[in-house]
Amino acid sequence: MATPVKVYGPPLSTAVCRVVACLLEKDVEFQLISLNMAKGDHKKPDFLKIQPFGQVPAFQDEKISLFESRAICRYVCENYPEKGNKGLFGTNPLAKASIDQWLEAEGQSFNPPSSALVFQLALAPRMNIKQDEGVIKQNEEKLAKVLDVYEKRLGESRFLAGDEFSLADLSHLPNAHYLVNATDRGEILTSRDNVGRWWGEISNRDSWKKVVDMQKQQHSP
Amino acid sequence: MVVKVYGPAYASPKRVIVCLIEKQIEFETAPVDLIKGEHRNPEYLKLQPFGALPVIQDGDFTLYESRAIIRYYAEKYRSQGTELLGKTTEERGLVEQWLEVEAHNYHPPIYEMTVQLLFASKLGLSVDEKLVKKSEEKLGKVLDVYEERLSKSKYLAGDFFSLADLSHLPFTQYLVGPMEKEYMIRDRKHVSAWWDDISNRPSWKKVLELY
Repeated sequence: MATPVKVYGPPLSTAVCRVVACLLEKDVEFQLISLNMAKGDHKKPDFLKIQPFGQVPAFQDEKISLFESRAICRYVCENYPEKGNKGLFGTNPLAKASIDQWLEAEGQSFNPPSSALVFQLALAPRMNIKQDEGVIKQNEEKLAKVLDVYEKRLGESRFLAGDEFSLADLSHLPNAHYLVNATDRGEILTSRDNVGRWWGEISNRDSWKKVVDMQKQQHSP
Repeated sequence: MVVKVYGPAYASPKRVIVCLIEKQIEFETAPVDLIKGEHRNPEYLKLQPFGALPVIQDGDFTLYESRAIIRYYAEKYRSQGTELLGKTTEERGLVEQWLEVEAHNYHPPIYEMTVQLLFASKLGLSVDEKLVKKSEEKLGKVLDVYEERLSKSKYLAGDFFSLADLSHLPFTQYLVGPMEKEYMIRDRKHVSAWWDDISNRPSWKKVLELY
C-alpha cells in the first residue's frame, strides 16, 4: 500500500482545505499535519525549509515536496490520473484548458476580494483587529462585479468549465464556504439565481462535506 | 488559421506572445486600447467577460487568462520549440509551484506598482504613494526568497528554463524599465543573473522589438 501523502497546515485554512478537498475527490490517502499559526509554527526554520514564504499548505509525497495549493491540486490530478474523480482536471486538452482558465479566474478575480471579505468579516473580529469599512465596501463591489460574470456563465453552463464538476469549481469552495457560513454577506452568492444553484451543488459534494466535518472537529473539545 | 492574441501593447498579452515564440507557434495580434476603454466594448466582453487582457482566438476556440493560455500551448506543442514544462511529473509539479508563486506572490505587488506608477496619471488619477511603498516592500520580501532559491537553482523550477521563469518577463521588464526600479533586481546577485539570462533570450528580445 502506498504511503499516505502529507499535507501541512491548519484545517481551518482556506488554502489547506482546497488541497484536502482535491485529495478527497481523487481518493488519495493523506495525513494532515496541523500547524499552530497563532504560535508561529509556519515561520519556524523547519517549516520554512519546505515553504520558504512561510505560507500554508505544504505537501509531500514519496517523490516531491511542493507548495501553493493550486499547484498541489494540479500535481495530484496529474500524478494520480486513474484514481477517484478521473475528470477532475478534464480528460482532454480543451477541457483542461477551460478548467485552467476558470482556475486562473478564481485565483486572480474571485480570491482577492473574497479573501479580503472573509478576513474583515470573519477573522478580524476574532483576532481583535478593527474592521476597515472602506476595505469591506471596496471588496464587496469588486466581488459583485466578478459574480455578475459568474451569474451569466452559470446560466449557460452547469459548472464553470463545462458540464462536469472540476478543479475550477472546487477551488472556490473554501472562501465561498466562509462567506456563506461565517459572515452575514453570504447572500452575495446565494441571492444570485445561477451562482446560488451552483453553490448548492458544489457544496453538497461528499468531498466538501467531509472537509467541513474535519473543520468542525478542530473546534470540538 | 493562426492564433490571434489581443492587446499586445500590454504586459499580460506579452506573457502569451513570448511563449508562442518559444514554442515556434505562428500568431497574429489585434490591438486593444485600455486608455480608450476598448476592453469594455460589448464585442470584446463577448470574448473576455471580465474585460481583462489577453484573450486568444484559435479558430473557433477562445481562451483567456494568460497563465491558462501558456499552459495550454506549452502542453499542446510539447514536441516542438523549447520544453517549458520540465521533463517529468515532478519537474512539472515544480513548474506549477513557481508559476503559482508568480501569480499570487509576485504579481499582486508588482501589478499595484504598475497601475500606480505607469497608468494612474494616464487615467487622470493621482498616484497613491503609500500603496507604492507598501507594494515595493512586499515585492522586496518576495525577491529575497527568490534570491535564496536562485542561489541553489539556475532557474526557478530547477536547472531548466520553464513557464515559471517566462511568466515573470513582462512586468519585471516594466520594473527595470519605465518604473525605474532596476535596483530591486540588481541589488540581489542571483536574481540579477537570472534576470539577465531570461531577458536576453531571443524570444523576449523579439517581443520587445515588435511590441
